[in-house]
Amino acid sequence: MGKITAEGNFEAINYEGFQLTKLDTVIGVARSNSLWPLPFATSCCGIEYMASMAPNYDIARFGMERMSFSPRQADLLIVAGTISKKLAPVLKQVYEQMAEPKWVLCVGACASSGGIFDTYSVLQGIDRVIPVDVYVPGCPPRPEQIIDGIMNIQALVKHESLRRRYSPEYKELLDNYNIENDIDGK
Amino acid sequence: MESKFTNDQVFDALKQQFGDAILSLENTTDNYLTVFVQPNEAHEMIQWLYNHAEFKVQFLTNITGIHYPDNEEGKELVLVYHLHSLQNNFRLRLKCYLSIDNPVIATITDIFSAANWLERETYDLFGIIFENHPNLKRILNEDSMDYHPMRKEYHLEDQTRQDKDNRFFGR
Amino acid sequence: MSEDLTKIDNTNVPANMESHDTIEGEIATLNLGPTHPATHGIFQNVLKVDGEKVLSSEQTVGYIHRAFEKLAERRPFHQITPITDRLNYCSSPINNIGWHMTVEKLAGIEVPKRVQYMRVIIMELARIADHLICNSVIGVDTGALTGFTWMFIERERIYDMYEEVCGARLTTNIGRIGGFERDFTTGFHEKIKDFLATFPARFEEFNSMFERNRIFMDRTIGVGGISAERALNYGFTGPNLRAAGVDYDVRVHAPYSSYEDFEFYVPVGTGGDTYDRFCVRQEEIRQSIRIIKQAYDNLPEGPYHADVPGFYLPKKEDVYNKMEALIYHFKIIMGETPVPAGEVYHSVEGGNGELGYYLISDGGRTPYRLQFRRPCFIYYQAYPEMITGQTLSDAVVTMSSMNVIAGELDA
Repeated sequence: MGKITAEGNFEAINYEGFQLTKLDTVIGVARSNSLWPLPFATSCCGIEYMASMAPNYDIARFGMERMSFSPRQADLLIVAGTISKKLAPVLKQVYEQMAEPKWVLCVGACASSGGIFDTYSVLQGIDRVIPVDVYVPGCPPRPEQIIDGIMNIQALVKHESLRRRYSPEYKELLDNYNIENDIDGK
Repeated sequence: MESKFTNDQVFDALKQQFGDAILSLENTTDNYLTVFVQPNEAHEMIQWLYNHAEFKVQFLTNITGIHYPDNEEGKELVLVYHLHSLQNNFRLRLKCYLSIDNPVIATITDIFSAANWLERETYDLFGIIFENHPNLKRILNEDSMDYHPMRKEYHLEDQTRQDKDNRFFGR
Repeated sequence: MSEDLTKIDNTNVPANMESHDTIEGEIATLNLGPTHPATHGIFQNVLKVDGEKVLSSEQTVGYIHRAFEKLAERRPFHQITPITDRLNYCSSPINNIGWHMTVEKLAGIEVPKRVQYMRVIIMELARIADHLICNSVIGVDTGALTGFTWMFIERERIYDMYEEVCGARLTTNIGRIGGFERDFTTGFHEKIKDFLATFPARFEEFNSMFERNRIFMDRTIGVGGISAERALNYGFTGPNLRAAGVDYDVRVHAPYSSYEDFEFYVPVGTGGDTYDRFCVRQEEIRQSIRIIKQAYDNLPEGPYHADVPGFYLPKKEDVYNKMEALIYHFKIIMGETPVPAGEVYHSVEGGNGELGYYLISDGGRTPYRLQFRRPCFIYYQAYPEMITGQTLSDAVVTMSSMNVIAGELDA
């Protein structure tokens, strides 16, 4: 929102009018019901995540039929399990490889804050290296809790403004984590 | 299944073959034969047990280390080999004292391929150096780590962590 | 046509592009991991491949090293059970009960017969759960996802049974030092009768999809094989060793918890390849059902815990009314359990093989040294030898058939 300067040095005013807000809603609904997750499953929470993929709890009914293991084709990074300091650069690289818009769901106590492993080798929470949208506590969380987390992500996705990823606040967030944000193509 | 040999039989055979290299016998709660041996003879002993026609100790169960900071000088680290004879259902432990200033011992990867990673783990956690090991690098921790975390003088927690205050966690 | 088909026609290639006169073999370096599909776990294999053929492999593990051994030196004995859960998290009750047996061995505690039979039932259920994951995932890796969906429904029923006993699904923290926290509830009795009645038929349905399936057999026979001598030298135990032809099972060699009372076979394969490992695990599930039936039908009456007030929390009514019970309760919660100084090594037959606990205590609140002999860590070393000369897709199927659980690999 505000002024943007385009090529050729002319200014344009960009604000959300009626048509754009309706487009926001439609795109929001479409995105939230067709998120493709990247299951970054490390340990025990990964098995509970597999159980939530299984027929009893079935996250395919939320649109997550296809698990994308390639970051380039995923919207949602689900980090389930303990992340050690050795793995943190790998996690950051996977996050950076994902295309905008992307969301992060942090499943389990170990990914949220280190969990019961307050040790020399465990990263005390993945929000040390990447920005997180929703935390699901538990050790491991039941599949119902994971589904609750996914529904919270869906609520975030549904109501997200199309311009959020271009806003200065988002840039500042990524700068805090030293993550390059080249959404403008510069 | 009962074991075909008793602890005494095997101990006597070892004593007969290696004499002075056998330092002492230890009593453990599980009644497995536990012998302290000279570190420079450990490799021959394991090879002899492997090739012995009757004992056939041909399975390596475990290699690990223990740190006793209060022991007398030259004996702070202990390296433990757990060996097993599957045919005779007999288990034994060989232990070696190593000095913390120079904990060097010969590798047994030429006898058991299983020793490769077990020795790397012991090196990573305790700093025990295995001579002639094909690839003695850290295995569980990052390569850039400069200390051996299982030694008693090091903390469990990473002291540089910012979100947890030691005062509230009872450390 | 006698033209050399390896010659590329370069007439249409622009001048500034590289040209090759023939197709040459080139050794490429391929990174398989640390995050890779089918959620096997976090470990890295850097493969050198010539086309599809794997020439060599270099492994990096330790991406989920959580310092269990150092953590165990900080915690009292009953607080270590939750850590053992997270070793092989697909079959946590086996780890928990193995740990309790280690402490009981050190402290010289005898548990009643009923407790031993209850433990056998729970451990065999855990073994079924572990093997079901492994075999379903072998199916997923060869492209057959249906087995995964069917067998995970059955695993949910096993989880329901765990919940009846201890309240948790996956990381169970089941049992106590000396027995169990409560007797089997009526809900548990109903569920296990239902399970024993209906599971075998559904399992045979799952089995029929794979065992004589031509595509599955082509993908798995002769793939990732290892000979018995090499397997023993590498310290293999468990289904991987039994598939190679050696019938070493800790439940038979060094029976614990009344396993000698039960009649069961130990399935052994011949070739040590992926198909053998799959079939050995399938047969072990059938034998586990057999053991559970025998244990459940002959479940003896008696107390569900040993009479060890120093280790086992007394009943709440006693804590509120009697002085000794109050003192014992206080001491146990504070971690002051009367574990004598000593050294013990105890092993149980986990889902992957001989899971050993080497415990050294100096008489204090916490262990002086606790080391886990983790079967996955020891047999995963053999992986490069097993895949050299095979194709990339074989390498993936071999890895999934070895059932490497990352929590057990790195501890």
